[in-house]
Amino acid sequence: MTSATLRLPTPLRAFCGGQDEVTLEGATVGELLRALEREHPDLRGRILDENGEVRRFVNVFVDGANARGNGGLDADVRDGSQLTIVPAVAGGSGRSR
Amino acid sequence: MSTSRERLDALRAALGEVEPRQAAGDPDGVVLDVREPDETSQGSPTGALRVPKSFLELRVEEALPDRSRPVYVLCAGGVRSLFATEALRALGYERAVSVAGGFSRWKADGLAFEVPRALDAAGRVRYGRQVILPEVGEEGQLALGRSRAVLVGAGGLGSPAAYYLAAAGVGELVIVDDDVVDRSNLHRQILHTDARVGRPKVESAKQTLEALNPDVRVDARRVRLVPENVEEVFAGADVVLDGTDNFQTRYLVNDACVNLGIANVHGAIFRFEGQVSVFHPARERGVAPCYRCLYPEPPPPELAPSCAEAGVLGVLPGVIGCLQGIEAIKLLLGIGEPLIGRMLHYDALRQRFQELTFGADPKCTHCAPDAPVRPYQTLAESCGA
Repeated sequence: MTSATLRLPTPLRAFCGGQDEVTLEGATVGELLRALEREHPDLRGRILDENGEVRRFVNVFVDGANARGNGGLDADVRDGSQLTIVPAVAGGSGRSR
Repeated sequence: MSTSRERLDALRAALGEVEPRQAAGDPDGVVLDVREPDETSQGSPTGALRVPKSFLELRVEEALPDRSRPVYVLCAGGVRSLFATEALRALGYERAVSVAGGFSRWKADGLAFEVPRALDAAGRVRYGRQVILPEVGEEGQLALGRSRAVLVGAGGLGSPAAYYLAAAGVGELVIVDDDVVDRSNLHRQILHTDARVGRPKVESAKQTLEALNPDVRVDARRVRLVPENVEEVFAGADVVLDGTDNFQTRYLVNDACVNLGIANVHGAIFRFEGQVSVFHPARERGVAPCYRCLYPEPPPPELAPSCAEAGVLGVLPGVIGCLQGIEAIKLLLGIGEPLIGRMLHYDALRQRFQELTFGADPKCTHCAPDAPVRPYQTLAESCGA
Protein backbone atom coordinates (compact mmCIF):
# COMPACT_ATOMS: atom_id res chain seq x y z
CA MET A 1 0.00 0.00 0.00
CA THR A 2 1.25 3.45 -0.91
CA SER A 3 1.59 5.94 1.89
CA ALA A 4 2.48 9.61 1.83
CA THR A 5 3.11 12.44 4.25
CA LEU A 6 0.74 15.39 4.15
CA ARG A 7 2.05 18.74 5.36
CA LEU A 8 -0.78 20.80 6.76
CA PRO A 9 -0.88 24.60 6.71
CA THR A 10 -1.24 26.54 9.93
CA PRO A 11 -4.86 27.60 9.33
CA LEU A 12 -5.96 23.94 9.08
CA ARG A 13 -4.00 22.53 11.98
CA ALA A 14 -6.72 23.42 14.45
CA PHE A 15 -8.99 20.96 12.62
CA CYS A 16 -6.63 18.02 12.94
CA GLY A 17 -5.51 18.09 16.51
CA GLY A 18 -2.75 20.66 15.98
CA GLN A 19 -0.62 18.29 13.89
CA ASP A 20 1.50 19.86 11.15
CA GLU A 21 2.12 16.56 9.32
CA VAL A 22 0.19 13.33 9.00
CA THR A 23 1.07 10.13 7.17
CA LEU A 24 -1.77 8.37 5.38
CA GLU A 25 -2.34 5.63 2.86
CA GLY A 26 -3.51 6.36 -0.67
CA ALA A 27 -2.26 6.03 -4.23
CA THR A 28 -3.59 9.31 -5.63
CA VAL A 29 -3.96 12.88 -4.40
CA GLY A 30 -7.72 12.37 -4.17
CA GLU A 31 -7.43 9.18 -2.14
CA LEU A 32 -5.07 10.86 0.30
CA LEU A 33 -7.23 13.95 0.74
CA ARG A 34 -10.32 11.83 1.30
CA ALA A 35 -8.39 9.72 3.81
CA LEU A 36 -7.40 12.94 5.57
CA GLU A 37 -11.05 14.00 5.79
CA ARG A 38 -12.07 10.60 7.14
CA GLU A 39 -9.37 10.79 9.79
CA HIS A 40 -10.18 14.39 10.69
CA PRO A 41 -13.85 15.06 9.92
CA ASP A 42 -13.57 18.68 11.09
CA LEU A 43 -11.54 19.36 7.94
CA ARG A 44 -14.52 18.51 5.71
CA GLY A 45 -15.25 21.30 3.28
CA ARG A 46 -12.00 23.12 3.92
CA ILE A 47 -9.83 21.45 1.27
CA LEU A 48 -12.38 19.68 -0.91
CA ASP A 49 -15.65 21.33 -1.86
CA GLU A 50 -19.11 19.76 -1.86
CA ASN A 51 -18.37 18.18 -5.27
CA GLY A 52 -15.19 16.63 -4.02
CA GLU A 53 -12.96 19.02 -5.98
CA VAL A 54 -10.00 20.91 -4.49
CA ARG A 55 -11.17 24.37 -3.48
CA ARG A 56 -9.97 27.18 -5.69
CA PHE A 57 -8.05 28.96 -2.93
CA VAL A 58 -6.15 25.79 -2.00
CA ASN A 59 -3.24 24.13 -3.80
CA VAL A 60 -1.88 20.66 -3.25
CA PHE A 61 1.75 20.11 -4.22
CA VAL A 62 3.08 16.60 -4.75
CA ASP A 63 6.79 16.52 -3.99
CA GLY A 64 6.87 20.27 -4.63
CA ALA A 65 4.91 20.33 -7.91
CA ASN A 66 1.37 21.66 -8.13
CA ALA A 67 -1.17 18.89 -8.67
CA ARG A 68 -3.54 21.34 -10.39
CA GLY A 69 -2.90 20.98 -14.08
CA ASN A 70 -0.83 17.85 -13.42
CA GLY A 71 -3.59 15.32 -12.97
CA GLY A 72 -5.27 17.06 -10.06
CA LEU A 73 -7.02 14.62 -7.73
CA ASP A 74 -6.17 11.72 -10.05
CA ALA A 75 -2.43 12.45 -9.89
CA ASP A 76 -0.51 9.39 -8.81
CA VAL A 77 1.50 9.52 -5.64
CA ARG A 78 4.64 7.48 -5.08
CA ASP A 79 5.24 5.65 -1.84
CA GLY A 80 6.94 8.07 0.52
CA SER A 81 5.80 11.15 -1.42
CA GLN A 82 5.13 14.39 0.32
CA LEU A 83 1.96 16.40 -0.23
CA THR A 84 2.02 20.04 0.80
CA ILE A 85 -1.32 21.76 1.20
CA VAL A 86 -1.11 25.52 0.76
CA PRO A 87 -4.14 27.81 1.03
CA ALA A 88 -4.21 31.47 0.08
CA VAL A 89 -3.45 33.65 3.06
CA ALA A 90 -4.29 37.30 3.05
CA GLY A 91 -1.55 38.92 4.81
CA GLY A 92 -1.19 40.32 7.64
CA SER A 93 -1.52 39.82 11.28
CA GLY A 94 -5.03 40.65 12.19
CA ARG A 95 -7.03 43.68 11.29
CA SER A 96 -4.98 46.77 10.86
CA ARG A 97 -7.59 48.91 9.23
CA MET B 1 67.87 51.27 -10.45
CA SER B 2 66.49 53.52 -13.15
CA THR B 3 64.77 56.86 -12.87
CA SER B 4 61.07 56.92 -13.65
CA ARG B 5 61.86 58.83 -16.81
CA GLU B 6 64.19 56.06 -18.00
CA ARG B 7 61.66 53.43 -17.07
CA LEU B 8 58.93 55.20 -19.05
CA ASP B 9 61.15 55.50 -22.08
CA ALA B 10 61.96 51.81 -21.83
CA LEU B 11 58.28 50.88 -21.55
CA ARG B 12 57.36 53.11 -24.47
CA ALA B 13 60.05 51.49 -26.56
CA ALA B 14 59.09 47.97 -25.55
CA LEU B 15 55.28 48.26 -25.74
CA GLY B 16 54.80 50.90 -28.39
CA GLU B 17 52.10 53.55 -28.58
CA VAL B 18 49.34 54.44 -30.98
CA GLU B 19 47.84 57.76 -31.89
CA PRO B 20 44.31 58.41 -30.56
CA ARG B 21 42.92 58.51 -34.08
CA GLN B 22 44.18 54.99 -34.77
CA ALA B 23 42.56 53.71 -31.57
CA ALA B 24 39.27 55.42 -32.41
CA GLY B 25 39.32 54.04 -35.94
CA ASP B 26 39.70 50.35 -35.12
CA PRO B 27 36.25 48.74 -35.20
CA ASP B 28 37.57 45.54 -33.63
CA GLY B 29 39.39 47.23 -30.79
CA VAL B 30 38.22 48.51 -27.45
CA VAL B 31 39.31 51.68 -25.69
CA LEU B 32 40.05 51.04 -22.02
CA ASP B 33 40.03 54.23 -19.97
CA VAL B 34 42.08 53.54 -16.84
CA ARG B 35 41.61 56.93 -15.18
CA GLU B 36 39.89 57.31 -11.82
CA PRO B 37 36.12 57.85 -11.65
CA ASP B 38 36.43 61.54 -10.77
CA GLU B 39 38.37 62.00 -14.01
CA THR B 40 36.19 59.89 -16.32
CA SER B 41 33.08 61.57 -14.94
CA GLN B 42 34.24 64.73 -16.71
CA GLY B 43 34.39 62.94 -20.06
CA SER B 44 35.71 59.73 -21.58
CA PRO B 45 35.93 58.30 -25.12
CA THR B 46 32.50 57.29 -26.37
CA GLY B 47 31.87 53.61 -25.72
CA ALA B 48 35.08 53.12 -23.76
CA LEU B 49 35.37 50.54 -21.02
CA ARG B 50 36.29 52.22 -17.76
CA VAL B 51 38.36 50.39 -15.20
CA PRO B 52 40.51 52.55 -12.92
CA LYS B 53 44.17 51.58 -12.95
CA SER B 54 44.03 50.91 -9.24
CA PHE B 55 41.53 48.06 -9.87
CA LEU B 56 42.84 46.98 -13.26
CA GLU B 57 44.18 43.55 -12.36
CA LEU B 58 41.14 42.79 -10.22
CA ARG B 59 38.43 43.75 -12.68
CA VAL B 60 39.74 43.62 -16.20
CA GLU B 61 39.00 39.95 -16.80
CA GLU B 62 35.36 40.53 -15.97
CA ALA B 63 35.19 43.59 -18.22
CA LEU B 64 37.25 42.14 -21.06
CA PRO B 65 37.03 38.36 -21.26
CA ASP B 66 38.52 38.23 -24.77
CA ARG B 67 42.28 38.55 -24.42
CA SER B 68 42.88 38.50 -28.17
CA ARG B 69 41.13 41.82 -28.86
CA PRO B 70 43.13 44.96 -29.49
CA VAL B 71 42.95 47.05 -26.30
CA TYR B 72 43.76 50.76 -26.53
CA VAL B 73 44.71 51.84 -23.05
CA LEU B 74 44.07 55.47 -22.26
CA CYS B 75 44.76 57.75 -19.31
CA ALA B 76 44.98 61.53 -19.01
CA GLY B 77 48.34 62.12 -20.69
CA GLY B 78 49.74 58.75 -21.78
CA VAL B 79 51.86 57.88 -18.75
CA ARG B 80 49.68 55.78 -16.46
CA SER B 81 48.43 53.98 -19.56
CA LEU B 82 51.94 52.72 -20.22
CA PHE B 83 52.12 51.08 -16.82
CA ALA B 84 48.61 49.73 -17.26
CA THR B 85 49.56 48.31 -20.65
CA GLU B 86 52.50 46.54 -19.09
CA ALA B 87 50.17 45.00 -16.49
CA LEU B 88 47.71 43.94 -19.20
CA ARG B 89 50.40 42.26 -21.27
CA ALA B 90 51.43 40.35 -18.15
CA LEU B 91 47.80 39.18 -17.84
CA GLY B 92 47.87 37.89 -21.41
CA TYR B 93 46.33 40.83 -23.29
CA GLU B 94 48.92 40.61 -26.03
CA ARG B 95 47.40 43.33 -28.18
CA ALA B 96 47.16 45.93 -25.41
CA VAL B 97 48.80 49.20 -26.41
CA SER B 98 48.96 52.64 -24.84
CA VAL B 99 47.31 55.67 -26.45
CA ALA B 100 49.85 58.46 -26.85
CA GLY B 101 48.89 61.73 -25.21
CA GLY B 102 45.90 60.21 -23.40
CA PHE B 103 42.51 61.85 -23.17
CA SER B 104 44.00 65.36 -23.60
CA ARG B 105 45.19 64.43 -27.06
CA TRP B 106 41.97 62.51 -27.76
CA LYS B 107 39.94 65.68 -27.17
CA ALA B 108 42.44 67.93 -28.97
CA ASP B 109 42.15 65.65 -32.02
CA GLY B 110 38.39 66.18 -32.02
CA LEU B 111 37.53 62.53 -31.36
CA ALA B 112 34.17 61.53 -29.88
CA PHE B 113 33.74 61.46 -26.13
CA GLU B 114 30.83 61.31 -23.72
CA VAL B 115 30.16 62.33 -20.17
CA PRO B 116 29.29 58.95 -18.66
CA ARG B 117 26.56 58.63 -16.14
CA ALA B 118 28.43 57.96 -12.99
CA LEU B 119 27.93 57.74 -9.29
CA ASP B 120 29.05 60.78 -7.40
CA ALA B 121 31.69 60.48 -4.71
CA ALA B 122 29.13 60.01 -1.94
CA GLY B 123 27.35 57.31 -3.96
CA ARG B 124 30.59 55.46 -4.58
CA VAL B 125 31.13 55.32 -0.85
CA ARG B 126 27.54 54.52 0.11
CA TYR B 127 27.04 51.76 -2.44
CA GLY B 128 30.67 50.66 -2.68
CA ARG B 129 30.15 47.22 -1.20
CA GLN B 130 27.43 46.34 -3.68
CA VAL B 131 28.94 48.14 -6.66
CA ILE B 132 31.99 45.88 -6.42
CA LEU B 133 29.73 42.89 -7.03
CA PRO B 134 30.22 42.14 -10.72
CA GLU B 135 26.48 41.42 -11.00
CA VAL B 136 25.73 44.98 -9.87
CA GLY B 137 28.59 47.24 -10.86
CA GLU B 138 28.25 50.95 -11.42
CA GLU B 139 25.77 50.45 -14.27
CA GLY B 140 23.55 48.33 -12.03
CA GLN B 141 23.72 50.85 -9.25
CA LEU B 142 22.76 53.63 -11.63
CA ALA B 143 19.89 51.47 -12.88
CA LEU B 144 18.64 51.04 -9.31
CA GLY B 145 18.82 54.81 -8.92
CA ARG B 146 16.59 55.26 -11.97
CA SER B 147 14.06 52.67 -10.75
CA ARG B 148 10.66 53.13 -9.23
CA ALA B 149 9.24 50.54 -6.84
CA VAL B 150 5.71 50.64 -5.47
CA LEU B 151 5.18 49.17 -2.02
CA VAL B 152 1.60 48.34 -1.22
CA GLY B 153 1.44 48.43 2.55
CA ALA B 154 3.85 50.06 4.99
CA GLY B 155 3.35 47.32 7.56
CA GLY B 156 5.13 44.15 8.58
CA LEU B 157 6.20 43.11 5.07
CA GLY B 158 6.62 46.59 3.64
CA SER B 159 8.86 47.72 6.49
CA PRO B 160 11.89 45.51 5.86
CA ALA B 161 11.40 45.56 2.10
CA ALA B 162 11.28 49.35 1.99
CA TYR B 163 14.22 49.63 4.35
CA TYR B 164 16.45 47.53 2.12
CA LEU B 165 15.26 49.01 -1.16
CA ALA B 166 16.00 52.46 0.20
CA ALA B 167 19.37 51.35 1.55
CA ALA B 168 20.21 49.77 -1.81
CA GLY B 169 19.58 53.08 -3.55
CA VAL B 170 16.35 52.37 -5.45
CA GLY B 171 15.64 55.88 -6.67
CA GLU B 172 11.95 56.21 -6.03
CA LEU B 173 9.74 54.39 -3.56
CA VAL B 174 6.00 54.90 -3.84
CA ILE B 175 4.48 53.76 -0.55
CA VAL B 176 0.73 53.21 -0.37
CA ASP B 177 -1.08 52.82 2.93
CA ASP B 178 -4.08 54.60 4.42
CA ASP B 179 -3.48 53.48 7.98
CA VAL B 180 -1.99 55.20 11.00
CA VAL B 181 0.67 53.79 13.30
CA ASP B 182 -0.71 51.83 16.23
CA ARG B 183 1.42 50.74 19.16
CA SER B 184 0.44 47.11 18.45
CA ASN B 185 2.12 47.41 15.03
CA LEU B 186 5.55 48.09 16.43
CA HIS B 187 6.61 44.53 17.21
CA ARG B 188 6.93 43.93 13.47
CA GLN B 189 6.48 47.20 11.54
CA ILE B 190 9.98 48.44 12.12
CA LEU B 191 9.76 51.53 9.93
CA HIS B 192 7.74 53.21 12.65
CA THR B 193 8.54 54.39 16.15
CA ASP B 194 6.74 54.71 19.42
CA ALA B 195 6.78 58.50 19.12
CA ARG B 196 4.86 58.25 15.84
CA VAL B 197 1.86 56.34 17.16
CA GLY B 198 -1.23 57.93 15.66
CA ARG B 199 0.59 59.39 12.67
CA PRO B 200 0.04 58.18 9.09
CA LYS B 201 2.23 55.17 8.33
CA VAL B 202 3.35 56.56 4.98
CA GLU B 203 4.62 59.75 6.62
CA SER B 204 6.44 57.75 9.27
CA ALA B 205 7.92 55.52 6.56
CA LYS B 206 9.08 58.52 4.55
CA GLN B 207 10.78 60.04 7.58
CA THR B 208 12.63 56.81 8.42
CA LEU B 209 13.68 56.02 4.85
CA GLU B 210 14.87 59.50 3.96
CA ALA B 211 16.90 59.58 7.16
CA LEU B 212 18.52 56.28 6.14
CA ASN B 213 19.24 57.38 2.59
CA PRO B 214 18.65 60.95 1.44
CA ASP B 215 19.25 59.88 -2.20
CA VAL B 216 15.89 58.13 -2.23
CA ARG B 217 12.69 59.94 -3.11
CA VAL B 218 9.75 58.61 -1.12
CA ASP B 219 6.31 59.30 -2.56
CA ALA B 220 4.00 58.82 0.42
CA ARG B 221 0.46 57.99 -0.70
CA ARG B 222 -1.99 57.97 2.16
CA VAL B 223 -4.75 56.27 0.22
CA ARG B 224 -6.36 52.88 0.11
CA LEU B 225 -5.66 51.16 -3.16
CA VAL B 226 -8.96 50.93 -5.05
CA PRO B 227 -9.95 50.21 -8.66
CA GLU B 228 -10.23 53.94 -9.35
CA ASN B 229 -6.65 54.82 -8.36
CA VAL B 230 -4.62 51.65 -8.89
CA GLU B 231 -3.35 52.40 -12.39
CA GLU B 232 -2.42 55.94 -11.48
CA VAL B 233 -0.49 54.75 -8.40
CA PHE B 234 1.31 52.00 -10.37
CA ALA B 235 2.10 54.22 -13.39
CA GLY B 236 5.76 54.10 -14.32
CA ALA B 237 6.57 51.42 -11.75
CA ASP B 238 9.33 48.97 -12.53
CA VAL B 239 8.20 46.60 -9.79
CA VAL B 240 5.37 46.32 -7.26
CA LEU B 241 5.76 44.71 -3.85
CA ASP B 242 2.55 43.37 -2.39
CA GLY B 243 2.71 43.50 1.37
CA THR B 244 -0.94 44.06 2.07
CA ASP B 245 -3.19 42.35 4.58
CA ASN B 246 -6.39 41.59 2.70
CA PHE B 247 -7.54 39.62 -0.30
CA GLN B 248 -9.41 42.53 -1.82
CA THR B 249 -6.20 44.49 -2.30
CA ARG B 250 -4.17 41.42 -3.31
CA TYR B 251 -6.45 40.61 -6.24
CA LEU B 252 -6.50 44.26 -7.24
CA VAL B 253 -2.67 44.44 -7.13
CA ASN B 254 -2.50 41.28 -9.23
CA ASP B 255 -5.02 42.41 -11.82
CA ALA B 256 -3.39 45.81 -12.24
CA CYS B 257 0.09 44.28 -12.53
CA VAL B 258 -1.22 41.86 -15.18
CA ASN B 259 -2.84 44.70 -17.14
CA LEU B 260 0.17 46.99 -16.86
CA GLY B 261 2.78 44.25 -17.39
CA ILE B 262 4.53 44.95 -14.08
CA ALA B 263 6.23 42.27 -11.94
CA ASN B 264 4.35 41.64 -8.69
CA VAL B 265 6.57 40.53 -5.82
CA HIS B 266 4.19 38.80 -3.49
CA GLY B 267 4.62 38.10 0.20
CA ALA B 268 2.05 36.76 2.63
CA ILE B 269 2.25 35.55 6.20
CA PHE B 270 0.15 33.70 8.73
CA ARG B 271 1.37 33.14 12.26
CA PHE B 272 4.66 31.26 11.73
CA GLU B 273 4.32 30.66 8.00
CA GLY B 274 5.16 32.71 4.97
CA GLN B 275 4.79 32.58 1.20
CA VAL B 276 6.88 34.46 -1.35
CA SER B 277 6.54 34.44 -5.13
CA VAL B 278 6.89 36.66 -8.18
CA PHE B 279 3.92 36.95 -10.52
CA HIS B 280 4.83 38.38 -13.90
CA PRO B 281 2.82 37.01 -16.85
CA ALA B 282 4.14 39.73 -19.16
CA ARG B 283 7.53 38.08 -18.99
CA GLU B 284 6.24 35.06 -20.88
CA ARG B 285 2.52 34.94 -21.59
CA GLY B 286 1.03 31.53 -20.95
CA VAL B 287 4.11 30.36 -19.04
CA ALA B 288 4.70 32.83 -16.21
CA PRO B 289 1.71 32.66 -13.86
CA CYS B 290 -0.25 35.36 -12.03
CA TYR B 291 -1.74 35.22 -8.54
CA ARG B 292 -5.06 34.07 -9.99
CA CYS B 293 -3.37 31.12 -11.71
CA LEU B 294 -2.37 29.92 -8.26
CA TYR B 295 -5.44 31.04 -6.35
CA PRO B 296 -8.30 31.62 -8.82
CA GLU B 297 -10.56 32.79 -6.00
CA PRO B 298 -10.14 34.06 -2.45
CA PRO B 299 -11.61 31.96 0.33
CA PRO B 300 -15.13 32.90 1.32
CA PRO B 301 -15.19 34.72 4.66
CA GLU B 302 -16.52 31.65 6.50
CA LEU B 303 -13.47 29.61 5.39
CA ALA B 304 -10.83 32.30 5.79
CA PRO B 305 -8.96 32.02 9.07
CA SER B 306 -10.80 34.04 11.62
CA CYS B 307 -9.39 37.24 13.03
CA ALA B 308 -9.18 35.65 16.43
CA GLU B 309 -6.86 33.00 15.05
CA ALA B 310 -4.50 35.48 13.47
CA GLY B 311 -1.44 36.98 15.05
CA VAL B 312 2.12 36.70 13.91
CA LEU B 313 5.62 36.35 15.22
CA GLY B 314 7.12 39.80 14.70
CA VAL B 315 10.26 38.65 12.95
CA LEU B 316 8.36 36.47 10.44
CA PRO B 317 7.38 39.37 8.16
CA GLY B 318 11.01 40.44 8.51
CA VAL B 319 12.10 37.21 6.81
CA ILE B 320 9.42 37.32 4.14
CA GLY B 321 9.70 41.07 3.48
CA CYS B 322 13.47 40.73 3.06
CA LEU B 323 12.95 37.94 0.53
CA GLN B 324 10.59 40.25 -1.36
CA GLY B 325 13.28 42.93 -1.24
CA ILE B 326 15.82 40.55 -2.75
CA GLU B 327 13.45 39.52 -5.55
CA ALA B 328 12.65 43.17 -6.30
CA ILE B 329 16.33 44.14 -6.51
CA LYS B 330 17.11 41.13 -8.72
CA LEU B 331 14.30 42.11 -11.07
CA LEU B 332 15.46 45.74 -11.19
CA LEU B 333 19.01 44.63 -11.98
CA GLY B 334 17.92 41.83 -14.33
CA ILE B 335 20.08 39.28 -12.54
CA GLY B 336 19.60 35.76 -11.23
CA GLU B 337 16.55 33.52 -11.39
CA PRO B 338 13.40 35.30 -10.30
CA LEU B 339 10.88 33.38 -8.22
CA ILE B 340 8.51 33.07 -11.18
CA GLY B 341 6.35 29.95 -11.29
CA ARG B 342 7.78 29.06 -7.91
CA MET B 343 6.71 29.77 -4.38
CA LEU B 344 9.07 29.77 -1.48
CA HIS B 345 7.12 28.50 1.50
CA TYR B 346 8.62 29.16 4.91
CA ASP B 347 7.79 27.41 8.16
CA ALA B 348 9.49 29.25 11.00
CA LEU B 349 8.64 26.66 13.66
CA ARG B 350 10.27 23.86 11.71
CA GLN B 351 12.82 26.35 10.33
CA ARG B 352 12.23 24.98 6.87
CA PHE B 353 11.95 26.46 3.39
CA GLN B 354 10.21 24.51 0.68
CA GLU B 355 10.20 25.40 -3.00
CA LEU B 356 6.85 24.71 -4.65
CA THR B 357 6.37 24.97 -8.40
CA PHE B 358 3.27 25.89 -10.36
CA GLY B 359 2.47 26.90 -13.91
CA ALA B 360 0.30 29.46 -15.63
CA ASP B 361 -3.35 28.43 -15.85
CA PRO B 362 -4.19 28.23 -19.57
CA LYS B 363 -7.75 29.16 -18.64
CA CYS B 364 -6.80 32.01 -16.30
CA THR B 365 -9.49 34.68 -16.52
CA HIS B 366 -6.91 37.47 -16.33
CA CYS B 367 -3.52 36.43 -17.74
CA ALA B 368 -4.19 33.68 -20.31
CA PRO B 369 -2.89 34.78 -23.71
CA ASP B 370 -6.44 35.09 -25.04
CA ALA B 371 -7.96 36.59 -21.88
CA PRO B 372 -9.57 39.99 -22.38
CA VAL B 373 -8.54 42.96 -20.28
CA ARG B 374 -11.10 43.00 -17.50
CA PRO B 375 -12.37 45.91 -15.43
CA TYR B 376 -11.17 45.89 -11.84
CA GLN B 377 -13.52 44.24 -9.40
CA THR B 378 -14.29 45.07 -5.83
CA LEU B 379 -14.37 41.87 -3.80
CA ALA B 380 -16.54 41.52 -0.77
CA GLU B 381 -14.58 42.45 2.32
CA SER B 382 -13.50 39.36 4.19
CA CYS B 383 -11.65 39.14 7.40
CA GLY B 384 -8.68 37.44 5.84
CA ALA B 385 -5.74 36.62 8.02
